Amino acid sequence: MNFLSLFVLIPLLMMLGLWIARDMKQIRTVAVIGSTILLALSVYTLVEFLAERAAGNTATMLFTDSRMWYAPLNIHYAVGVDGVSVAMLLLSSIIVFAGVFASWKINPLPKEYFLWFMLLSTGVFGFFISVDLFTMFMFYEVALIPMYLLIGVWGSGRKNYSAMKLTLMLMGGSALLMIGILGIYYQSGLHSMNVVEIAEHGNIPMNWQYFLFPMTFVGFGVLGAMFPFHTWSPDGHASAPTAVSMLHAGVLMKLGGYGCFRVAIYLMPQAATELAWIFLILTGISVVYGAFSACVQTDLKYINAYSSVSHCGLVLFAILMLNTTAMTGAVMQMLSHGLMTALFFALIGMIYGRTHTRDIREMGGLMQIMPFLSVCYVIAGLASLGLPGLSGFVAEMTIFVGSFEHTDTFHRVFTIVACTSIVITAVYILRVVGKLLFGAVQNEHHRELTDAEWWERLSAITLIVCVAVIGCFPNWISDLIRQGVEPITNLLSQAL
Amino acid sequence: MDYSQFLIMRGEISLLLVFLLIFLFDTFGGKKSLKGLSITACVLFALHTVWNIIPVDSATAFGGMYQTSPIASMVKTVLNIGTLIVLLQSISWSDTPDVKLRRGEFYELLLVTLFGMYLMVSSGHFLLFFIGLETASLPMAALIAINKKDTESYEAGAKYLFTAVFSSAVFLLGLSFLYGVSGSLYFGDIAVAIASNHTPLLIATLVFVLAGMGFKLSLVPFHLWTADVYQGAPTQVTSYLSVISKGAAAFALMLILYKVFFLDPVIWQGIMWALIVLTITVGNLFAIRQKNLKRFLAFSSISQAGYIMLGIIAGSAQGMAALVYYVLVYIFSNLAAFGVISSVERSSGKVGMDDYNGLYKTNPKLSVVMMLAMFSLAGIPPFAGFFSKFFIFASAIHSGFYILVLIALLNTIISLYYYLLVVKAMFINNENDCAIAPFRSDNASRVSLIVCVAGILLLGIVSCVYTYFTDLSLIGA
Repeated sequence: MNFLSLFVLIPLLMMLGLWIARDMKQIRTVAVIGSTILLALSVYTLVEFLAERAAGNTATMLFTDSRMWYAPLNIHYAVGVDGVSVAMLLLSSIIVFAGVFASWKINPLPKEYFLWFMLLSTGVFGFFISVDLFTMFMFYEVALIPMYLLIGVWGSGRKNYSAMKLTLMLMGGSALLMIGILGIYYQSGLHSMNVVEIAEHGNIPMNWQYFLFPMTFVGFGVLGAMFPFHTWSPDGHASAPTAVSMLHAGVLMKLGGYGCFRVAIYLMPQAATELAWIFLILTGISVVYGAFSACVQTDLKYINAYSSVSHCGLVLFAILMLNTTAMTGAVMQMLSHGLMTALFFALIGMIYGRTHTRDIREMGGLMQIMPFLSVCYVIAGLASLGLPGLSGFVAEMTIFVGSFEHTDTFHRVFTIVACTSIVITAVYILRVVGKLLFGAVQNEHHRELTDAEWWERLSAITLIVCVAVIGCFPNWISDLIRQGVEPITNLLSQAL
Repeated sequence: MDYSQFLIMRGEISLLLVFLLIFLFDTFGGKKSLKGLSITACVLFALHTVWNIIPVDSATAFGGMYQTSPIASMVKTVLNIGTLIVLLQSISWSDTPDVKLRRGEFYELLLVTLFGMYLMVSSGHFLLFFIGLETASLPMAALIAINKKDTESYEAGAKYLFTAVFSSAVFLLGLSFLYGVSGSLYFGDIAVAIASNHTPLLIATLVFVLAGMGFKLSLVPFHLWTADVYQGAPTQVTSYLSVISKGAAAFALMLILYKVFFLDPVIWQGIMWALIVLTITVGNLFAIRQKNLKRFLAFSSISQAGYIMLGIIAGSAQGMAALVYYVLVYIFSNLAAFGVISSVERSSGKVGMDDYNGLYKTNPKLSVVMMLAMFSLAGIPPFAGFFSKFFIFASAIHSGFYILVLIALLNTIISLYYYLLVVKAMFINNENDCAIAPFRSDNASRVSLIVCVAGILLLGIVSCVYTYFTDLSLIGA
């Protein structure tokens, strides 16, 4: 058996372990052991992948394995990874690891909580290792449905409304996606679901591409919070429990970007070059609109949710620039945003757990009360607004350099418009930092609160280390990603 | 006469045998041994199911009156499995005081309707088809009204009887036109006769035939009886009506369309297109407002019938396989839901959706079964419903119905909404004062629920079932 299948198998085994676990201690043991193995496995995948590439293996996908599943439709259980999916696997396992520690004291029903959490992870990992359209789509939906119960049962605020809205909107996206996938299958002339095969040998007629490209791009774009389909995101994130917000903003939204990249653009490059401008406008709006919206919110989670809309919009924006540099930047932005937004949501969850409010008008001076959490929050903020040395800078720099490689006015104007989001980001980040951390203490009861516990520290430090590593040593990761992006940009340049 | 022809009908014959044995047991068994009737029925029927599990080859008997194919005999097996689950769920219900005396009648009538469906599925002549149709519907009215003391059950029986008779009349009118057009009632002869002869009368025929079958399948706009009958009938009968009766009618309709009107599918595909869109959309929109779970599942089953029709409109062997697979998955999912509803109903008498609030705290296992059933009906992976939906959509897309599938897919979002309402009631809402107390359901329904859950979990992941159906339908077509 291919070792990539372990990414699906381990979460499933963990679910089995959780099912028979009796008390909180055993549940935690299973969760910690499992997520550590996943983290180790993704590091192992990275090392093996780099070794294989260094040895001169230039196949598009490495470690491929393909087994017939449904013969009548030629559906395979096919796995394989390229540079981009290795990066995504790494990101997912880091966030699952941090998420387990962030939900250390989850209450009520801890067992059910971790069961759903692991089902969600199964979907996420399965999605990133799949190279078959059907299994990809299946894992995508597996990752969506646990969100409903995770938000509905363990969430806060208007959780019923948010959970339902999120689930229905994302399922709406996947409805479009199913049409897209079946259309690709029947129109490519190959009767194959294998992504690489379709990209290399398939020939989808141009009029079908005009129909199928928007279907798949919007289908995945809903999950990538593309304007005007982003409205599930703020409500969903605000109501979700901490670790779910982390996983959702950190990983699940990346499924959208990854899918646009892997399915929509890779399989239909001609339509992508023709239709990119429409979606460029929409994602451009996401970038700026999300940032402006974040400026006027007073709920910490809403601020970060809108900031996620802005940053994830930037991912799609960069993908649509259709050149190697910008796409590499897009994947780096996925990594960087995934890590720092998870950090943000973790910290917000920890602060909320103590103060029982997320309204920044009711808090202040937290730096005096909980210095560890506050310092972490400042670091996350600086990463978000793009301070050199942290991951955000590297990603955004690459994106904007790549975008500016286009010489025509349309792209340049939009690049400049998108660049303004950096400034706006600084506004809302600094506003929160100033108010929340350095202002006067608003509520005297807050003075009695304690700083982070060890599991919270572990969760935060893991994420900060990763943000800093990407920020300080970006070269190896951007090389890794570039190798994954190049086959796609080659196809695009043929299409031009 | 060549008596070996009866061997081809061995499924029908063994079913008749089961029926006769139960009838004799019921008549001569004496009062005391009647308690064992339910178990005997289950065992005998299980034997019948196993005995017929290997599909029969394509064959015709009695001069083409009776035709069978591997996929048709597979459909019978699918119906058998569903009926067996219904029988298991009925054991403890048939011991309740209201039904105890008529226990024998319940099993006999049930098996007679099943026999009628068998005939529908494998007829080659409209006379046999019509006899099958009537045998499947008239005893059903008696089954629905089996609880004489319950006025709702009585009312539902009468309603079903009237609509069934009326729809049969419409269907017969269609048949008489068809006979007028072609001069024959054999499927094969009609197909040849109408191939080059597109009169408006043929279109009228088609409309009447579709309307007649539409009543059985509860397609919109012929669905108005469904919710009242489902609500009034005893839950066991409702579940039988919603899965077995519907599955058989869907396959029978497909056979008529494929065998009789196959040369020119365009003439019926247009009508079908509109029927599917109406059925799925209306069924879904009405399901949202339902508070009684049986009515809720009635409307959900209307929209599910619309999805089943997608396999028919595809007009291909792929569509046939997808349809049979869909029906199989639908049987497991819907019967799981009905199994939970009937257990809860028997222990507490409650069928309202609000009564299920906080069910997870009091009856976690039943709530999980119900949740799996809802997810499977909504088409959520990795449960079987996702796969059956995917394959039925794939078959329709293969025949070029992109817009239709898009409409159907957007409708799945509406359906997801109302299926999630049930999940929400059980898992998220807090229990109210009169929550359902913890209880243990009887062993037979437990077994049936375990079978259903196994079906929901495994049918999708294990690919051999669908592959097998595809192989069978390729041989049959």
